[in-house]
Amino acid sequence: MATDIAQATAGGTHAASEHLKLEDRIWLLRAMLLMRGVEDRAMTLYRQGKVPGSFYDGFGQEAVSAGAAFAMASEDRLCVLHRDLAAHLIRGVSPARIFAQYMGRAAGITGGREGNVHFGDRRVGCVGMVSMLPDMMLVAAGMAMAFKMRGEKRCAITWFGDGSTSRGDFHEAMNWAGVQKLPVIFVLENNQYAYSTPVDKQFAVDPVERAAVYGFIGVTVDGNDAEAMFEATRVARERALAGEGPTLIEALTMRMHGHAAHDDMKYVPKEQVDEWRTRDPIERQEARLREAGVDVDEVRQQVKAEIDEAVQEALAGPMPDPSSATEGVFCEGEAEPLGDGQAPWSGFQR
Amino acid sequence: MSTLTYLQAISAGLRDELRSDERVMVMGEDIGVFGGAFKVTDGFFEEFGPDRVMDTPLAESAIIGTAIGAAVVGMRPVCEMQFSDFISCGFDQLVNVAGKMHYRQGLAVPITVRLPSGGGFSGGPFHSQNPEAWFMHAPGIKVVAPSTAEDAKGLLHTAIRDPNPVCYMEHKFLYRRIKGEVADEIFETPLTARVARTGSDLVVIAYGAMVHVALEATEDLDGASVEVLDLRSLVPLDEDAILDSVSRCSKVVIVDEANAMCAAGAQVAALIAERGFEDLDGPVVRVATPDVPIPFSPPLEQALLPNVDRVREACRELLEY
Repeated sequence: MATDIAQATAGGTHAASEHLKLEDRIWLLRAMLLMRGVEDRAMTLYRQGKVPGSFYDGFGQEAVSAGAAFAMASEDRLCVLHRDLAAHLIRGVSPARIFAQYMGRAAGITGGREGNVHFGDRRVGCVGMVSMLPDMMLVAAGMAMAFKMRGEKRCAITWFGDGSTSRGDFHEAMNWAGVQKLPVIFVLENNQYAYSTPVDKQFAVDPVERAAVYGFIGVTVDGNDAEAMFEATRVARERALAGEGPTLIEALTMRMHGHAAHDDMKYVPKEQVDEWRTRDPIERQEARLREAGVDVDEVRQQVKAEIDEAVQEALAGPMPDPSSATEGVFCEGEAEPLGDGQAPWSGFQR
Repeated sequence: MSTLTYLQAISAGLRDELRSDERVMVMGEDIGVFGGAFKVTDGFFEEFGPDRVMDTPLAESAIIGTAIGAAVVGMRPVCEMQFSDFISCGFDQLVNVAGKMHYRQGLAVPITVRLPSGGGFSGGPFHSQNPEAWFMHAPGIKVVAPSTAEDAKGLLHTAIRDPNPVCYMEHKFLYRRIKGEVADEIFETPLTARVARTGSDLVVIAYGAMVHVALEATEDLDGASVEVLDLRSLVPLDEDAILDSVSRCSKVVIVDEANAMCAAGAQVAALIAERGFEDLDGPVVRVATPDVPIPFSPPLEQALLPNVDRVREACRELLEY
């Protein structure tokens, strides 16, 4: 059972990846702070009755989406899971639109068609998840299949949880990607619980070991280290673009909140939460950047100001027009493929 | 024009699309080197190569799921289910991922899923089904069901060029039994119903193989003037054409080869009850397969499927009403 945490490859002043400049490392912190701050504020809005339905967050898992998404180029494509808000932020989705999404408002990414975290902004190359997990593994594999067929140097990435590894689509996607040697990255976000079910009731073999039997590489990474996640994803992407096929990255992390807002997670031993609290991904990145001489408090203040402004903007926006509820079931015009997203990593600056 | 079987017309449509649009690819089990279980893609592998005529693993969910992924990055995949029955294994990807994608996030999913369907040849419970109603009930998916060689080609062009997921129901019983004149060029058949025969005393509404059963059953029905309406498209359903036939004929028999409960014909009957009631001179009559799995043995199977005698009898009874 994969409960041991891989050590960070490096700490302190030096980045865990030689490909990260200081500005990139600050960007990673900023993305994680934005994710945590947006989700924290959204939880308050939920308790105030302004966010309908339920609310799911990724507290404690911010590094998994931040680090992985940061390694992707603008022309790459992403299928994003529900605890991966940092991926959306890195691709260029504004916090105001995310708040509007949570509140079911017209300016949300889905215009109120979809709830909470079930979204993807097609304009920045993202496809939103469906609740049947891990369906998007196959969609990501299909994107990669098209890239490979057309000889394009592009890559697809998707995230999914430990519970997902029990479903057939996990195996179909792993097998298909292995058979066709697809340029796809599968990020298994092992946060120890699928709702209330612990990993020892989910699988008898650490899923990272399954990669080998499907014919490709599986690596275990400290999912609470954004820079380690970045580096593992960067390497996987290089491999994909070189025609060497998929990679399964198992990101070891912990779901520090309940499955959703209603869940008090009584089923999780307190010691387990306490232990993981010492490995907080944001605190880790902040400590590194402080050592490197960065004014972390200033970054925090900037993020807070950005979130304050975004909440006000979203609250000022209208709810969707009820008369539009039946519109858009079918595409009436030309099918427009996914657009390119933002790729802030300096390695992709053109 | 060429005289083609229903099956040859499907092949011709697919081949034309592969030749004219490099975004089009076909994928499925045994469709490449082998040319498909029914030989629809015979010779394609040699002409278009292993990428565009893709032999896939035996994994229907993956066929649909990867087709969705390829479609949203610009491809036009055409998936073959070896038998329509196997779409149950790809149901989730089709209904939840493809069908809801545009409504949820404005992202079009231009995929066509070919579904060889229907019974009448001792295929048994897992090679004889007509699953079209499953997808009529799922928002965001179009469903077409050609009955002639001409429509088999034209509706395939329409399906592949449509920016939405389309279930293309191709009836196995018609593959080699139906022939017709088909234009050699690409043409798109509209998603509307077709009057297969005009009449004024009664209309039989059907689609797929049942159109031919309806035509044969009513060809010489004691001198009655019987219209046959071929729906061709189930989603969208051509409500105007249905109500027009009802208003002219006033008596309606609806034939489904599918199991009766909530079948396409049930939706047609509901439509007529809601909006055609004043035009009726008798009860809406349905002929459909009872809600039973399709059995293997010929006398058992024939006892269930609608046939010429059952349709003729239903029409006679209604005419006498």
